[in-house]
Amino acid sequence: MTSFVYDIAHLLAGGMVLVSFMLLYQDRMHGLLNVFALHAVVLALSVAWEALIQHAPHLFITAAIALVVKAIIIPLALHRIVRRLKIHREVEVVVGIGPTMLAGMGLVALSTALMLRVTPAADALSRQDLAFALSVVLLGLLMMVTRRNAVSQVVGLMSIENGLILAAAGAKGMPLVVEISVAFSVLVAFIVIGIFLFRIRERFDTVDVQALDRFRGERQ
Amino acid sequence: MTALATFLGGFDAVSAVLLMPLVAVFVLALLPGYRVTALLNVLASFLTLLAALSLFVVRPAEGQLLFVDDLNVVFIALNTLVGFTTSLFSASYIAHELETGRLTPAYLRFYHAMYQAMMFGMNLALLANNIGLLWVAVELATLTTVLMVGIYRTHEALEAAWKYFILGSVGIALALFGTILVYVAAQPAIGEGLDAMTWTILIERAVAFDPALLNVAFVFLLLGYGTKVGLAPVHAWLPDAHAEGPTPISAVLSGLLLNVALYAVLRFKMLMSANAAAIAPGPLMVIMGLTSLVFAAFMLYRRRDIKRMFAYSSIEHMGIITFAFGMGGPLANFAGLLHMTMHSLTKSAIFYAVGNIAQAKGTQKIADIKGLTESHPVLGWGLVVGVAAIAGLPPFGVFMSEFLLVSSTFARAPYLAVMLVLGLLIGFGALLLRLSGLAFGTPQGSLAPVKASYAPMFLHLALVLGAGIYLPPPLVAWFQHVARLLG
Repeated sequence: MTSFVYDIAHLLAGGMVLVSFMLLYQDRMHGLLNVFALHAVVLALSVAWEALIQHAPHLFITAAIALVVKAIIIPLALHRIVRRLKIHREVEVVVGIGPTMLAGMGLVALSTALMLRVTPAADALSRQDLAFALSVVLLGLLMMVTRRNAVSQVVGLMSIENGLILAAAGAKGMPLVVEISVAFSVLVAFIVIGIFLFRIRERFDTVDVQALDRFRGERQ
Repeated sequence: MTALATFLGGFDAVSAVLLMPLVAVFVLALLPGYRVTALLNVLASFLTLLAALSLFVVRPAEGQLLFVDDLNVVFIALNTLVGFTTSLFSASYIAHELETGRLTPAYLRFYHAMYQAMMFGMNLALLANNIGLLWVAVELATLTTVLMVGIYRTHEALEAAWKYFILGSVGIALALFGTILVYVAAQPAIGEGLDAMTWTILIERAVAFDPALLNVAFVFLLLGYGTKVGLAPVHAWLPDAHAEGPTPISAVLSGLLLNVALYAVLRFKMLMSANAAAIAPGPLMVIMGLTSLVFAAFMLYRRRDIKRMFAYSSIEHMGIITFAFGMGGPLANFAGLLHMTMHSLTKSAIFYAVGNIAQAKGTQKIADIKGLTESHPVLGWGLVVGVAAIAGLPPFGVFMSEFLLVSSTFARAPYLAVMLVLGLLIGFGALLLRLSGLAFGTPQGSLAPVKASYAPMFLHLALVLGAGIYLPPPLVAWFQHVARLLG
């Protein structure tokens, strides 16, 4: 039974790392958003499973927030923005997909080696969750540096956030997880509203972050 | 009735420091008319300041979520003081922004509400006894400042806000991972639940924590909160955010928000020092501080925008302060605390001056501003005094703290001291070079009179001058005590 419980948790957390890799090679906006929704669904399942095995009912709230806000509302809002701004084909990458995937594998190896080495005393579930969570965080960072498009940077940020929620849910009995996940959702909601209200496309003509980085009276 | 009695019984200065801005957020958001709201903003900030000062006299018992100790009371007093003077400056400054049409009344209402929300977030972060709550509060302060930086909605302002948002979010994400790791390290020793995130309990039991996990946690926390401090490899948001937001916000960012993030780093540094088996946090902070100092000192030479120049100067000074706390020991910590206080007061005074200059001249470009001492004598000389103070000339307080730091570093690590002095001198040269162009020579550009009040600027400069000439013994004793606490 214990091994079964552990295997399911392992499967779900590992699934998040896998979906993070899928995010790295998406080359269409809508595809990227769909994969992100999948990321959030896997997170919700993983957190719900933690809630079940840790007998921590408050984690169900976190799982529900992940499912409703991040798997449904935000992807739908972003789909709408992408359609409105007509940027569905523009996933501009700075580094090619091949090197990015290789770098991603290196990061996963690094985070696993690091976290398993420093947490021999911690609970087995926390250990594997921390290792997977750090992988998801680093893959999210990798995505943010390899994408120039504003919407895909937000997706990268949200996948980092998912990794953090995974780590927080895995740390046994950690208080304030619900509050933290709410705080993070507010943050993301603000920026999604921000993109929408400020109509970055209208003002900047592009959501390519590099194009925002223009002459500022200092660069020549 | 009993509920009310317990409520009032539980109502102490700590709640007042938090509730005052929180209530003000809603009042200011609902009230129309910018003159009334600007005054109410000042009033709320003043009452918060009074409540904060009362913490020195009567200290409420520590709670599980909030507490006051000798360290954070210094930060809170400084925070609410500069918050109050900036609200004074803002009240006279912002009316002019309305006249020139850069802001509309609706945005002004939003601005005042956000100002108080930001003060709430910063006070909450400083008072938090729970590392999770600390994180949430820093995030709240970040979010409100992002909104303020983008308030003009120009191309540059939105870009700056976007950059600040993305880098700030990555920073606080890393800090959250570090916070979770601290919990995981503490949980075997303290047990599950709120206790393992309560700072006062963490520091008592830190000896029993797993050192390897603490080491990894501290690296994440230093990088995460360090992003918000504006330390060198992760500082890129800072100059843009300072340059494009309203000037009162630049003053608050430089003078207060950076301190709040540094406070978070200091708390975790104390935790690391309490565990002998963990790596010493000092060298990491020394490296980041020194890198920021030298990097920013060189960057000062190439600035063409006056607000960006002083933003780089903030990076430089946060580097000095981080360096001081990284060196540790009673003398360096004392210098760090003093320097932090002096920098907050001086830099906000400079930003008040810069705000007036930008309004009078209608530009922020250094090349278009010349001969201020002739065209606007009071303002020009105010800027001269402010820049002389921040550059570290005697008899100002900044000189004293830098002198203390340099002399204590020379005694312990001469090589580091050489680098420190080099950085200071390079920054000094850049500031004086730019100042001579700004303040002297033939006046150029608009001669429009200054609309905003000078009082906050001269108040700060007087405090900095006073501290340089004579530090009251009780203040010295207090700082010495806190410096020993910091280890």
